[in-house]
Amino acid sequence: MTALHLALAQLRHTPLLTALNALLMALGTASIVFLLLAGDQFARAIARDAQGIDLVLGAKGSPLQLILSSVYHADIPTGNIPLAEARRWAEDRRVARAVPLSLGDSYRGFRIVGTTPDYAGLYAARLQQGEYWQAPLQAVVGAAVARETGLGLGDSFSGAHGLAGGAAHADHAPYRVVGLLAPSGTVLDRLILTSLESVWALHGAPAAALPGAAREDHHDHDHDHDHDEGRDHTHGGHPDSAAPGPRRQEQQDPAEREITALLLRYATPMAAISLPREVNAQSQLQAAAPAFELARLLQLVGLGLEGLRAFAAVLILSAGFAVFVALYGALEARQYDFALLRCLGATRGQLLRSLCLEGLLLTALGALLGTLLGYAAMAALGQWLAHSRGLLLDPWVWPPQQSWLLLGLLAVGLLASALPAWRAYRSDVARILAQE
Amino acid sequence: MPEAPALRIQGLRHAYAGQPVLALDSLHLAPGEQCLLLGPSGSGKTTLLHAIAGLLRPTAGEIQVRGQDLAALGSAARDRFRGRHIGIVFQRLHLLPALTVLDNLRLAQRLGGRPADTTAALGLLDALGLAGLAARKPAALSTGQAQRVAIARALVQRPALLLADEPTSSLDDANAQRGLRLLRSQAQAAGAALLLVSHDARLRGQFDRELRLDGPA
Repeated sequence: MTALHLALAQLRHTPLLTALNALLMALGTASIVFLLLAGDQFARAIARDAQGIDLVLGAKGSPLQLILSSVYHADIPTGNIPLAEARRWAEDRRVARAVPLSLGDSYRGFRIVGTTPDYAGLYAARLQQGEYWQAPLQAVVGAAVARETGLGLGDSFSGAHGLAGGAAHADHAPYRVVGLLAPSGTVLDRLILTSLESVWALHGAPAAALPGAAREDHHDHDHDHDHDEGRDHTHGGHPDSAAPGPRRQEQQDPAEREITALLLRYATPMAAISLPREVNAQSQLQAAAPAFELARLLQLVGLGLEGLRAFAAVLILSAGFAVFVALYGALEARQYDFALLRCLGATRGQLLRSLCLEGLLLTALGALLGTLLGYAAMAALGQWLAHSRGLLLDPWVWPPQQSWLLLGLLAVGLLASALPAWRAYRSDVARILAQE
Repeated sequence: MPEAPALRIQGLRHAYAGQPVLALDSLHLAPGEQCLLLGPSGSGKTTLLHAIAGLLRPTAGEIQVRGQDLAALGSAARDRFRGRHIGIVFQRLHLLPALTVLDNLRLAQRLGGRPADTTAALGLLDALGLAGLAARKPAALSTGQAQRVAIARALVQRPALLLADEPTSSLDDANAQRGLRLLRSQAQAAGAALLLVSHDARLRGQFDRELRLDGPA
């Protein structure tokens, strides 16, 4: 009690030094806390979007690109695959569930995904209003899409090629919003879902977002574009414009229909061993497992995080060193105080404890401040991401490493005060007093 | 049973690195008794006080405070015994700069093994004319005020023995006299025996008991 009282009084006596040391410690702590939380949240968000998806089938190319484009909708697709081929795998008995995706268009930067309502089922997403599509050109919009574009039930909109607002399909009937998804904190929030038929209807040849394929697609539409240049961004439907869809569909041989990717869920864990290999060997398709590709990706990102973490560790060690210097440097000036304390009846042990407590309190103050700072930064980032990316973060988690971090910090504080405390412990009171 | 003497010294010798620095054959102080020990510098006055306070172990001889042989106590026990029974007023008036005047007193009480008694501490400050300064830090005190606080701090845990090391030598005549008067009256009020060591000739003739400490032969 007395030791704590003394340590507190001493810290209060030199407020600037105390604040400086605590701040140094707080900055290092905040950096690590933030990195821990961000890493944790990043991993969670990534896992959340890949839930229920064991394997993705798509066109050959980079497996990571396939995962990024069809699971996270953060990249352009590798290409398209024949629907018939995809069906063959979807009906394999090792597959419990298969969700087809057809990509290619977007509306104001939000991807339009041709799929089945099963896709929303993957994420256990609920409809907030309306219903799923019953006919082509009906759309269900994600929560973030609705919030940012203002689309509501009954509104119409026209898609554009590619992700970053290519030419509008002004020649076609616009989509009509028939349903709104409740926020799910997943990639769904930022997607516009529609039927596969809608995509096929809009693209005489199936959607393809590869630059080459997209250009070919343009050729198909050239004639219409020349005609309708002036209406490119209008939402109002031309009375006749409902016609082209079905017409094109008629022209198209169903056997040549294509989709972009097929999301699979295994019926049995054993499928993970045989299915990907079979797909890669026996067809023109590529099979990529999100878990595997993500592990690869996280390893790459992890290297960056490691570097940042090491930097934060250096910050904390410097803060520990600053505490050490503060305590050790003050020893000379305070040795008379220590002698006086001994004269007043303080034991060597009490002096030792008092100095160690000083170091610990300084560190604890910094750690507390830093933890708060780290969480505040994470909360701010969460707010921003929720707003701008529809990414729901939960900053109020306590990753297990956090407890170790705090213990480590206290160890740093103890270590920093150990030598000064030991010197105070060993000091010869009579000799110090005799020097006066 | 007669009360144990506040201080009893027998055949005390001390040497630093084989060089004798202190020799005192015998000294007894009854409870409440006040004694002036005069000696030139180098006569071992400070060494004597440190030995009595248990801050150093003498080469030879026995020191008892309130009947307790200091050599029989372990290091931590000696620290606690000092805090409980011995008050010290230093030549340099040292207070803990981080603590207020009142907290300096309360710390002495706690280290003396007693619960902090704010009423007693404030009463003592009042008696020394320091009532308004309780919340000040030592840096905000004048030399005279600091000296009085140091006296209060040495007496606040009601020690059996008060040791004073040159308490007046750095003060002018008037302040030295006033300081001495306060020291003696407060020691008396607290029931503490007082041993004052000094080379200050101005103090001569003011104590009932005066001893001369000569350096070891």
